[in-house]
Amino acid sequence: MLKGHVFKYGANVDTDAIIPARYLNVSDPYELSRHCMEDIDLDFVKRVKPGDIIVATTNFGCGSSREHAPIAIKASGVSAVVAKSFARIFFRNAINIGLPLLESPEAVDATDIGDELEIDLETGTIRNLTKGKTFKAAPYPEFMSGIINAGGLIDYTRERLKK
Amino acid sequence: MNLAEKILAAHSGKPHVAPGEFISAKVDVVLANDITAPIAIREFRKLGVEKVFDPKKIVLVPDHFVPNKDIASAEQAKMLRDFAREQGVNFFECGQMGIEHVILHEKGLVVPGDLVVGADSHTCTYGALGAFATGMGSTDIGAAMATGDVWMKVPPTIKFVYHGKLPKYVGGKDLILYTIGQIGVDGALYAAMQFSGEAIDELSMEGRFTMANMAIEAGGKAGLFLADKKAVEYARNHSHRKPVVFEPDADAEYQAMHEYDVSKLEPQVALPHLPSNVRPVSQVGDISLDQVVIGSCTNGRFEDLQMAAGILKGKKVNSNLRCIIIPGSQQVYMDALRAGYIEAFIEAGCAVSTPTCGPCLGGHMGILAAGEKCLATTNRNFIGRMGSPRSEVYLAGPAVAAASAIAGKIVPPEI
Repeated sequence: MLKGHVFKYGANVDTDAIIPARYLNVSDPYELSRHCMEDIDLDFVKRVKPGDIIVATTNFGCGSSREHAPIAIKASGVSAVVAKSFARIFFRNAINIGLPLLESPEAVDATDIGDELEIDLETGTIRNLTKGKTFKAAPYPEFMSGIINAGGLIDYTRERLKK
Repeated sequence: MNLAEKILAAHSGKPHVAPGEFISAKVDVVLANDITAPIAIREFRKLGVEKVFDPKKIVLVPDHFVPNKDIASAEQAKMLRDFAREQGVNFFECGQMGIEHVILHEKGLVVPGDLVVGADSHTCTYGALGAFATGMGSTDIGAAMATGDVWMKVPPTIKFVYHGKLPKYVGGKDLILYTIGQIGVDGALYAAMQFSGEAIDELSMEGRFTMANMAIEAGGKAGLFLADKKAVEYARNHSHRKPVVFEPDADAEYQAMHEYDVSKLEPQVALPHLPSNVRPVSQVGDISLDQVVIGSCTNGRFEDLQMAAGILKGKKVNSNLRCIIIPGSQQVYMDALRAGYIEAFIEAGCAVSTPTCGPCLGGHMGILAAGEKCLATTNRNFIGRMGSPRSEVYLAGPAVAAASAIAGKIVPPEI
């Protein structure tokens, strides 16, 4: 069960906003997390606490293929991202590294900055504890669940290579 | 099946694939750069595999922070170099080659019919050749280097048809900016974009590379062109590998179709801070510029420099701005030099740089200060993309960029 307070953003949060390219001369997760969301929210790094949840509207993670973006979010302590829709490469990268993403337009519309959310990844249930409302995210396709359950793409591939 | 489905079916050993289906596909080219390869190599090591699946099919290009701008970026480039030597994969050193999405087809590593995956979002560029090419992250590329295959969801295809003859100074960049302006930055989310029509038939390969390059700016998984005579000829002139031409079936299905008459299209400009914030250059208003950048994997090819040189030759860059020109590869640089373009640029007061992605992503060689405005032939104008989060980036083709460099503000070419 994941639980945390909400940082809420709008549409088209791009990977340059999540982690500006000027910091990509390193790939250390901690170093990247120190600059997460910097260009659109200077307070994010100061205020984020382990378990917190990012909520955004459409096309979250658009732009560059840099895996540094989900790595920076995960290393910041964020436990999940809930959005109306995700950019394709960001979605794939997050699955591969084990950052949970949930698609639920209803949950996004009903959630405000600072609300407390509780997420059950098993069932895709999102509970807004502040508002007392419950939502259901679209389930992962079976194929992706296989990767997630294996612990990410590298563990999944390691298993495949053994066979 | 449509073009995307034909290529994906052929690479997954299936007689038929349909949108939404998950497949495991064999790849022809696996690409990474100095930002994404370090993580890919790290993940590859975790697999416990000694050797990559096929060194000839793996390409590493340090191009983002080169020549290395600091110690940290030098360490990253060194990781690629060391791994390339150990594994014997294709490695293109700074000073010999150039920007990944300019050199891969130039060096003949991609041909029509290929499946290309790259840890760079603009890998979709090779769709211009009739290859299915798509960007992924580093972990995907690390795994693909070991196994030679990737998992993929077959995308639906959206068809774009461009009718009419393109006016002077209107090229591939204007077509793709116009399209993104019409459908939005998530207008093709999860889908393949397929481009066709009379205007496309007439478009040069370079113009097609520019269009395919920016499919990702509409959320597209790939930007595809049918491999026509021009594409096959390009591949034959650049590669020893045999092109494979896939044709869509007559009853192929498309998720949607958009048709545009482009015979009166003006050069297009994307205003800050999204590539979809597009309007015709005549309606941009009075925007004074501090910098113009002509180059990048979008518009750093010979034809782009030819267009810019045609406008800048014998003129002077406005004294209120700096104009930076970056040939996309050493070959482009040499060709432009021999054609006299480099001399024209320098006489006009431009700074000409060795190939690099530097300024496009705010890396180096043209970073913007707070409050500064830049018109660039690059592909993104997100907040902070080229430097300060309080700077502004405008996107356009090389004709508008060159004319604006002379005027000191955004203007149409030929005023």
